[in-house]
Amino acid sequence: MSAKTLYDKLFDSHVVTEENGTALIYIDRHLVHEVTSPQAFEGLRLAGRKPWRKDSIVATADHNTPTNGWEKGLDGIADPISRIQIETLDSNIKEFGAKAYFPFMDKGQGIVHVMGPEQGATLPGMTVVCGDSHTSTHGAFGALAHGIGTSEVEHVMATQCLVQKKSKSMLVRVDGKLGGGVTAKDVALAIIGKIGTAGGTGYAIEFGGSVIRAFSMEGRMTLCNMAIEAGARAGMVAVDDATINYVKGRPYAPKAEQWDAAVSYWRTLVSDDDAQFDATVVLNGDDIQPQVTWGTSPEMVVGINGVVPDPAKEEDATKKGSMERALQYMGLEANTPMSAINIDKVFIGSCTNSRIEDLRAAANVAKGKKIATNVKLALVVPGSGLVKAQAEAEGLDQVFKDAGFEWREPGCSMCLAMNADRLEPGERCASTSNRNFEGRQGLGGRTHLVSPEMAAAAAIAGHFVDVRTFATK
Amino acid sequence: MHAFTQLNGLVVPLDRANVDTDAIIPKQFLKSIKRSGFGPNAFDEWRYLDHGEPGMDNSHRKINPDFVLNQPRYQGASILLARENFGCGSSREHAPWALEDYGFRVIIAPSFADIFFNNCFKNGMLPIVLSADDVDTLFKETEAAEGYQLNVDLSAQAITTQSGKTFKFDVDAFRKHCLLNGLDDIGLTMQHQDAIKTFEAKHKLAQPWLFN
Repeated sequence: MSAKTLYDKLFDSHVVTEENGTALIYIDRHLVHEVTSPQAFEGLRLAGRKPWRKDSIVATADHNTPTNGWEKGLDGIADPISRIQIETLDSNIKEFGAKAYFPFMDKGQGIVHVMGPEQGATLPGMTVVCGDSHTSTHGAFGALAHGIGTSEVEHVMATQCLVQKKSKSMLVRVDGKLGGGVTAKDVALAIIGKIGTAGGTGYAIEFGGSVIRAFSMEGRMTLCNMAIEAGARAGMVAVDDATINYVKGRPYAPKAEQWDAAVSYWRTLVSDDDAQFDATVVLNGDDIQPQVTWGTSPEMVVGINGVVPDPAKEEDATKKGSMERALQYMGLEANTPMSAINIDKVFIGSCTNSRIEDLRAAANVAKGKKIATNVKLALVVPGSGLVKAQAEAEGLDQVFKDAGFEWREPGCSMCLAMNADRLEPGERCASTSNRNFEGRQGLGGRTHLVSPEMAAAAAIAGHFVDVRTFATK
Repeated sequence: MHAFTQLNGLVVPLDRANVDTDAIIPKQFLKSIKRSGFGPNAFDEWRYLDHGEPGMDNSHRKINPDFVLNQPRYQGASILLARENFGCGSSREHAPWALEDYGFRVIIAPSFADIFFNNCFKNGMLPIVLSADDVDTLFKETEAAEGYQLNVDLSAQAITTQSGKTFKFDVDAFRKHCLLNGLDDIGLTMQHQDAIKTFEAKHKLAQPWLFN
């Protein structure tokens, strides 16, 4: 038998039928949220169909949910259209069923990509889909996970399968060791800076190398989360002790004798030594600085010690045009040092960086300090109710509040600003989220993507600052 | 799904790389629980000068005269000409719904983001990849001649200009078949339900913990 990549193993073990390169693959876990599911449920209803296997469905409300005013219950949702969408998910799950549902304000509610892993609803070896591009997050567990559109949500509900062509495979290897203050987020941004936002298009990326092996599961989730920002629908990391230790004891993880059988299978979920990849990209972890984006695409990124690039030096006309437009939108001049850029707001949260480890790291930077007077709002939005409870048990909420941050209820919040948390036109934000597109955090808002440590440091300093030297001050 | 066979249509050139799905349909319109009616808000932040919200009467909003879709010569366009990595970002199918509802049936670009590309086919739209040079040629011709049209023939996998120049394009055989015949994916997959059941039984035996 020829050597296989992790992606080969995951894909091949789920093929139901295959014809001329188009396969039907079986889906083990279907995560559902309120924004991309109502039309799919409606489709089932109109066609008189039922879910093929309702026990594959795990659902929560996250995109529209407010991050304050929970004492008012559903009445706390100021926007009536948001409220309808959340109530529609409630009624659809009631009608069609699910393995588990964490509705608005449930203690298990959270961002779907935080909730799935922490409940053990995401397991190694699974195929995982969700009507959300950041489903790539779950690949951190040695799972094949990717985002799908709403038509495919309906298709998976009705048939438990997805029509797929196999992607090409890419290995992104990060060798060496990261310096202090450099995180999985910086590695993700450095990779995107190197290969571009379309660099992974058509590929499934496996992240490997000593830096990735040293990451916690939270770090691996942050990295796989942003595979889609490099254009790859799926990112993944091979199973090791860190994976298995994380999964053990989670509510939906296998128990007793099933656990041992599962672990022995999961241990095989690594690329074979001599497996061939269609492309390989190598970075040296020792060279990676804390990253800050300067433009309106995640590939527009530099190290904190860098400057805003100069479009005049770009030869490619399309790229030059994009850079000029980005600088105009961002209100930045070429050659400005990144550390000279002042900010108005800070957002620590999102499916990229809202897990307990992220909050600990940010709190560690903010401890005993105060946010700068030019920072109008600094939000900390935990990824789930369970993350929030854990953070409060550790006293992190108090650290943030003492420093002048607002401590909110869990949800997607200002990552995409579907709820009331947003930037006003022209406001500049240090954000731990994943997309710095025009208008993403609010019409006219200016987003700079950074790690939780860098966001906390920027909140204190009032401008971007190198957390490696800042923390020691 | 409606079928796509052939189209003679007016072309509009959107000369930006990395157009993301947040730009195609901003998040506030994703609160709808329907799959229609997104056309008036396609490219909302570029198309209008004010902030759009669901339920607004779009006919009374201030339009941005500089945005290419608003120019009189491009009214009624059904073919969108775009740059690389079109449709990147969020998986929201509201993006193809908005483009389709606006009136687009074909998008031509040097490259597309995977999820968006896939979503187009589910909605009777044809995304076509041409080389960056060919796309560049089409941009120049479109901008040079008012009323510039293209003929797109899916069956022949060919785009023909009014002057008779032809560009061949690739399309996956299965997707072509579905699009030409307006076939519903779910119906097709259900023809394999015995194979799905057989796979499922075997899968459950091998990894029972997936079925707890």
